[in-house]
Amino acid sequence: MSIHSETTLTRRSFLVAVGATGVACAAIGVVGMPSLAEAAEAAVNMDEIIAKELGAGTVALEKVKIDTPPKAENGALVRFPVSVDHPMEPDNYIAAIAIFVDDNPKPLVGKFEFTPASGKAEVEMRIKMAKASQVRAIAKTNKGKLYGAVMKIEVAEGGCAG
Amino acid sequence: MADIGEPKVRAPEKVKKGELALIKTLIKHPMESGLRKDAATGETVPAHYIESVTAEYGGAMVVKASWTGAVSKNPFFSFYVKADKPGPVTVTWKDNKGQEWKEKVELKVE
Repeated sequence: MSIHSETTLTRRSFLVAVGATGVACAAIGVVGMPSLAEAAEAAVNMDEIIAKELGAGTVALEKVKIDTPPKAENGALVRFPVSVDHPMEPDNYIAAIAIFVDDNPKPLVGKFEFTPASGKAEVEMRIKMAKASQVRAIAKTNKGKLYGAVMKIEVAEGGCAG
Repeated sequence: MADIGEPKVRAPEKVKKGELALIKTLIKHPMESGLRKDAATGETVPAHYIESVTAEYGGAMVVKASWTGAVSKNPFFSFYVKADKPGPVTVTWKDNKGQEWKEKVELKVE
C-alpha cells in the first residue's frame, strides 16, 4: 500500500479538485451489469445508433481527435476531450458532435450542438465506462458530412470491481 | 441530496477580440443513470441526471449539450466561444427532474 501512496494522494487531490467528493466506486456501479435485454440491445449495430443521432452516412475517420490516454485509471471518471479540426464559418461549420461508448449498456454519452459563434468545435468532459470498450466521437458538418475518431480505452481494475 | 448545484463558470481574465476563449464549467450533481442497483437493497436507483447544458454569449446560443447518465458525477464541461464582444457567457443546466441552474461569467474583450 505504501508504495502506491503517492499515486493515491495525487489522484485524490485531483478528484477533490474537480469536485468529485463522493466515493468514486459508487459512481462506477451506475452503469452496472446490463440485463440480458440490454446486452442484446448493445449488440445492435452501432451504425444505427450513430445514424439516429446524426443521420446516416459514411464516417470519414479524419479531422476528429479524442485526446485521452488508452488506459483509464477509474471507469467512473474517464477524461474525454474531443476536438474537430474544421472551420467554423457561417456556411461551413461543425454543427454537432456525438460521443459513444460501444460497450456501455446505453452507448450514447452525449451530443453537442454548435454554431459558428462557438469558434471551435472542441469540448471536454468526464464520462463513465462500465468496462474496457471502443469509444467513438462523430462530428457532423452543417452540410451533413460525417467525420469521426475511434479508439479503444482500457479501464484499470481497482477497488471498484464487483 | 444535499450535494447538488453550486454551478461554477470560469473564463480567461482577458481575451483579445477575435480570439477563442476557453470556458470551464462545474456543477455538483449525482448523475444517476437509472441503471445502477443499490448494493445494500438491490433496488434500482432512480435516474437523476443533467440532460441539457446550454451556453449563450451575447444572446446567441454557442453550444448545447444533451447528456445521458453516462456523464460522470459532478460534471465538468468545457467549451469555446469566439470572443468578438464584451458580455456575459450564460450557462444553464437542466436535469431530468426539472431542476434548473444558471450561472454566468463576464467576458472581458480587449
